[in-house]
Amino acid sequence: MSKVLGIVFSNMHETSMGDLTENRTMASVPFGGRYRLIDFTLSNLVNSGIHDVGIIAKNNYQTLMTHVGTGKEWDLSRKNGGLSILPPYGRSEAGVFRGRIEALAGIIQYIKESNAEYVVMTDCDTVATVDYDDILKYHQSKDADITIVYQHKQVSKAQRNNTTVIKLDENHRVYDVMKDHAEDEGNVFLDIIVMRKSLLERIVVESNARGKVSFTEEVLQGQKDKLRIFGYDFKGYIGDIKSIEAYYNCSMDLLNPDIRRHLFPAHRPVYTKVRDEVPVRYGVDAKVGHSLIADGCIIDGEVENSVIFRGVKVGKGAKVRNCILMQGTIVGDNADLSYVIADKNVIIRNSRTLVGCETYPIVIGKGRSV
Amino acid sequence: MISKKEWIAMLLAGGQGSRLYALTRNLAKPAVPYGGKYRIIDFPLSNCVNSGIDTVGVLTQYQPLLLNEYIGNGQPWDLDRVHGGVYVLPPYQKSSNSDWYTGTANAIYQNINFIDRYQPEYVVILSGDHIYKMDYSKMLAYHKEKNADCTIAVLEVPKEEASRFGIMATNEDGRVYEFQEKPKEPKSNLASMGIYIFTWSKLRKYLVEDEANPESENDFGKNIIPNMLQDEQRLYAWPFEGYWKDVGTIDSLWEANMDLLNPNIPLDLYDDSWKIYSRNPVMPPQYVADTAIVKNSMISEGCEVHGEIDFSILFPGVTVEEGAKVHDSIIMPGSVVKKGAVIEYAIVAENTVIDENAKVGCRPTESEGEWGVAVIGAGVHVGRNACVAAKSMIEQNVPEVCDHE
Repeated sequence: MSKVLGIVFSNMHETSMGDLTENRTMASVPFGGRYRLIDFTLSNLVNSGIHDVGIIAKNNYQTLMTHVGTGKEWDLSRKNGGLSILPPYGRSEAGVFRGRIEALAGIIQYIKESNAEYVVMTDCDTVATVDYDDILKYHQSKDADITIVYQHKQVSKAQRNNTTVIKLDENHRVYDVMKDHAEDEGNVFLDIIVMRKSLLERIVVESNARGKVSFTEEVLQGQKDKLRIFGYDFKGYIGDIKSIEAYYNCSMDLLNPDIRRHLFPAHRPVYTKVRDEVPVRYGVDAKVGHSLIADGCIIDGEVENSVIFRGVKVGKGAKVRNCILMQGTIVGDNADLSYVIADKNVIIRNSRTLVGCETYPIVIGKGRSV
Repeated sequence: MISKKEWIAMLLAGGQGSRLYALTRNLAKPAVPYGGKYRIIDFPLSNCVNSGIDTVGVLTQYQPLLLNEYIGNGQPWDLDRVHGGVYVLPPYQKSSNSDWYTGTANAIYQNINFIDRYQPEYVVILSGDHIYKMDYSKMLAYHKEKNADCTIAVLEVPKEEASRFGIMATNEDGRVYEFQEKPKEPKSNLASMGIYIFTWSKLRKYLVEDEANPESENDFGKNIIPNMLQDEQRLYAWPFEGYWKDVGTIDSLWEANMDLLNPNIPLDLYDDSWKIYSRNPVMPPQYVADTAIVKNSMISEGCEVHGEIDFSILFPGVTVEEGAKVHDSIIMPGSVVKKGAVIEYAIVAENTVIDENAKVGCRPTESEGEWGVAVIGAGVHVGRNACVAAKSMIEQNVPEVCDHE
């Protein structure tokens, strides 16, 4: 396999995530009981043989840095290459970037110094098992300049303004790229891009010099006739997390055994930061069904149809249904929760009742006490 | 030049643990899984790190492959250090007298060069067979306070059981005047826990002398300690209070696991100030299905539970299918319990398959004849409808029993 540099955008689409991204990047949004969204991206890169990864950070990146550390959990603590976190950097007037082009221009030195031949760019808001090696092979077989990954699927009204849809000819060459798509379904761009590093460098330098900001507008739309841009049809499960509702639904998808098998195949492990927790302790009166429960929990009450993160305590007589309880949540005795997303270290006092609904789950901010 | 260390630890991990039979056929006793995600050696290693010891020599001999791989560079225990860290020390060839480790004292003797490199003031000698949480720094403070040459951690045991242990007879101030190995008439109820702190210069001298004596069995309990007592060296007993369990037999291993489910047992694994570290599996959270009934149990990551679990411990990656029952049992990593199978009072080792409607072990009340914990060895397949009696030790596949209905 050719040498590939992975570039991860950690802050994309986070305005749509409400409280969950108030104090963290999209990349560090907790997901699936023991992960953060970036774990899926980093694990996919590593499992595809990419050991050179730069994470572009914009703001609120402290939780991200604490989480990825030196990258050793992903085997990315390397003498050559490995993991780099790239905070806003460069000229004093650079400030905070407005789009991918500016972001990439800010790290152009990092890109230039890499000895990789290809670049894979990806966001952190998709939960999927992606084989970048396969995409690269496709890219080479099509003799493409740029390959972008898409999946044909439904687009809900709420997600429409956050979605880019592409149109392809019979050869899978991209002939149209649309934002704010009006139809109910389409080939949704999954924010994964593969191209030669030399081409990326040229595009970034030229576009930035002309004051362009958006990669989608400037390159995918603007140069679609000049460049050979191809679409790679991603067939597997994809959790596209661009809203709280989508976050909730994707979390609940994990309770489906087929999706779980797809996201956690034995030969492509999903790595995350280790916390040395104790196995889950179930009490004498525990009653648990159709739930995903992570290490370090102590369950004395009822849990149903929920995703429970590490170190959560559910008290005696408490009922937790259709909930997502993040790390360290404490549910007091006889409390009753339904359709609640509790951020980290939330305390629900004894006998409190909180009921949200499926389309509008209640979100309780980090460290709050109810 | 390696910087000088105040103290280092030497962990004796070469034991076969022959009384664990099938469980230690292919791995050393310290590598035996315990408590849903740990291996026994996690306890002394974590105790070392939590006590502030950053250099540990692990002496291996019997079936070291898994243990070597498990310890690796010591990173899970924070023992990947620039100076010190964890070292696996197998026996090695020398220009003369190359030998296996012939006894506990001989194992340390053969590694005098390793210890000398750190010029430690004190050396802690540990074994890899016990489940306990101990702050060795408190023991060291006691050792210094008493100006001792050797301090031995002791546990009060019931008088009637004292004859099963090595007993320390002490004066009022804790000084040991006699050591009795499994005495008929014990002079105290203070049992040695096999945990020693030696002033290295003293121990070094006794190791060299002991090695020169062809009659010696080169054992700490049988030779080094009696010799030091004879020479009126300053030996002190340091009383330990807390949970301590030797997991040398099938029954004690089963009990020590079940102790974790007993809220009255003082072994708190959830204490953040004294974490027990281990090499963590890379697996998703456990899934508990609608059909599952899970009570009073400990379950680890990567498990898929569709059946009934009561008073049991499941290690990472165990699958229990619908209608299967696991009661009062320990299921080690990667094993599969298929539909309708029943496991009671059993230890099922790693990567085994208990096929549909098979029955392993039984409750004491239902047992005819001798009762005990049934053991299924690693990788064994127990066929459909097969029945494994209580106290069995299964190391070969058990064939399927045909349905005659």
